[in-house]
Amino acid sequence: MPINPELQGRVYAKTPSYLVGREKIREFSRAVFSTSPLNFDVEAARAAGYADVVAPPTFAIVLQQFTLQQLLDDDDAGIELSHVVHGQQQFTSARPIVAGDELTAVQTIASVKSLGGNSMITSESVIEDAAGEHVATTTSTLVVRGDS
Amino acid sequence: MTLTKQALRALSVGDVVAQREFAFTRDSLVRYAGASGDFNTIHYRDDIALSVGLDGVLAHGMLTMGAAVQPVVDWLGDPALIDDYQVRFTRPVYVPADGEAVVSVIAKIGQVDAEAGAARIDLVVTAAETTVLGKAQVRVHAA
Repeated sequence: MPINPELQGRVYAKTPSYLVGREKIREFSRAVFSTSPLNFDVEAARAAGYADVVAPPTFAIVLQQFTLQQLLDDDDAGIELSHVVHGQQQFTSARPIVAGDELTAVQTIASVKSLGGNSMITSESVIEDAAGEHVATTTSTLVVRGDS
Repeated sequence: MTLTKQALRALSVGDVVAQREFAFTRDSLVRYAGASGDFNTIHYRDDIALSVGLDGVLAHGMLTMGAAVQPVVDWLGDPALIDDYQVRFTRPVYVPADGEAVVSVIAKIGQVDAEAGAARIDLVVTAAETTVLGKAQVRVHAA
């Protein structure tokens, strides 16, 4: 099933509020081989001026994951997860994410392109905190491999 | 220690500021899947990876991207100094069922703007002697 070109420009519903947990930050930090005490040690994070443990620079992918799920669940999109390979990724950060943040994300499909038998979908997710302040923008290009 | 404006002024293009090696195993992939919420089966099912035309199970690009920036975080001292981080996933990192894939990261200064107190750090990320991330750039500012 080809990827629906009409996805381009589509804006998805704001994701439900996600409470960033201290243990989730520690779990993610271990998974990306972090050795920074700011990611694990509350006292070290507070001494550095943060409210709680600090997430690694790519943690916003957890929020983006929820937005990409909206795209995968979209019956109209025609995307099968096992055919998806990540092409490009960018994080533009206003500030690091810390434990206790309540975050939401709004995804916009920036572009849909065909290249050979594959499709490339670029999605941008804008992440805000509970006060409506910008935390990060993540831009992701997925390559959806054709069946042939 | 965080990167100061003074320290930034002393940097030149090509300076290696950090480097590290990571050993990815299937255990790393399962751990990353759980931590990130990315349960794409191509990261833990050999049969599915092969059926969609891959050579086997591959590491999440985001695991490689997430690990590759860690030496830079340690060097900077404060993740708040990172303004932007981008990569292209140019080649997959295949992870064998019974061994490890070693990913090597070298972080070099790509550009310095002493006036603005900003710099671009280019990451050279390789596995099996092949570059796996393209245009891997971290834009930072001094404290």
